[in-house]
Amino acid sequence: MSIMKRISLIFRSKANKALDRAEDPRETLDYSYQRQQDLLVKVRRGVADVATSRKRVELQVNQLEQQATKLQGQAEKAISVGREDLAREALTRKSGLASQITDLKTQHAQLQGEEEKLTLAQQRLQAKVEAFRTRKETIKATYTAAEAQTKINEAMSGIGEEMGDVGMAIQRAEDKTAQMQARAGAIDELLASGALDDVSQPGGSDDISRELDALSSDSDVEAELARLKAGSQPQAIEASEDGGDILKAEPEKAAEPASETTTDEGRA
Amino acid sequence: MIIRILGEGQFDVPEEAVATLNDLDAAVETSVEAGDEAAFRAALDALLTGVRDAAAPHEDGSLDSSDLILPHADATLDEVRDLLSGDGLIPG
Repeated sequence: MSIMKRISLIFRSKANKALDRAEDPRETLDYSYQRQQDLLVKVRRGVADVATSRKRVELQVNQLEQQATKLQGQAEKAISVGREDLAREALTRKSGLASQITDLKTQHAQLQGEEEKLTLAQQRLQAKVEAFRTRKETIKATYTAAEAQTKINEAMSGIGEEMGDVGMAIQRAEDKTAQMQARAGAIDELLASGALDDVSQPGGSDDISRELDALSSDSDVEAELARLKAGSQPQAIEASEDGGDILKAEPEKAAEPASETTTDEGRA
Repeated sequence: MIIRILGEGQFDVPEEAVATLNDLDAAVETSVEAGDEAAFRAALDALLTGVRDAAAPHEDGSLDSSDLILPHADATLDEVRDLLSGDGLIPG
């Protein structure tokens, strides 16, 4: 049997079982209608939850992007004062943030998709529930047991399927929402622990900016000197290429302390 | 014929499209049985696209049950297995 057929049979029998409880068909109709109303409330809540999570992820992305910009600025500043080690540290942190940002953006898109689907499902269910209410009242008004039973079964199988579908949509959205919230919560914890600098505390200082502040308060002359040296660095690299020891000696790291020392000595 | 795509709603599919859709359905079934996630994704996409292209949306205010029900567009292989086993998420 085809996939479509098998899914249809199983889905329908499960979905309808829920609506097939009461003895008196009229009771069944009222009970079903009540369930539908409850489900509509649940869907609305689901949409609201997903929207909340989506906004939370949005905030999280904005924060991380600000943080990345800040690290970029720190890296530039560090280079301008000749501290390649600090610049390297800032850029390493920035690249860690970049993958988190990409990750969160993917999750944001997913949440947005869920939200749209759920909103559509809500509109659909609303229309179905309204149709069910009308039909239910007609059946009850002209009630004869046999006729009612048939019509109820017709009405119920359609609405049961719809409710099963929408109910599944909510569950999926809830699962996704929980995942996003866990993810956002983990990033909150990272921010709180200071592993990422929390940009929600403006002016709050992290280790990189502390060092940079210390450096720039040392003297403007030193910064100016370092900038001049940075300007002449390409020559230094070419020279060491001639020597052929780039791979051997990690010249970037090796060069740094050396130029620091020179600066200090020159000043002293 | 009314076909429901879970999470999307019902579609009115003309009879002449059914043969093509059956072929696409067979490909989904093969991939599910083989447990081949990549083939499954491609086959499911093709099937759902086939339904959407051939069909018009079924009226929202109706209470008609569907002749056939298809998985969500983003359903995983595991979710489809759940649907087939009846152990899955269908809320009672």
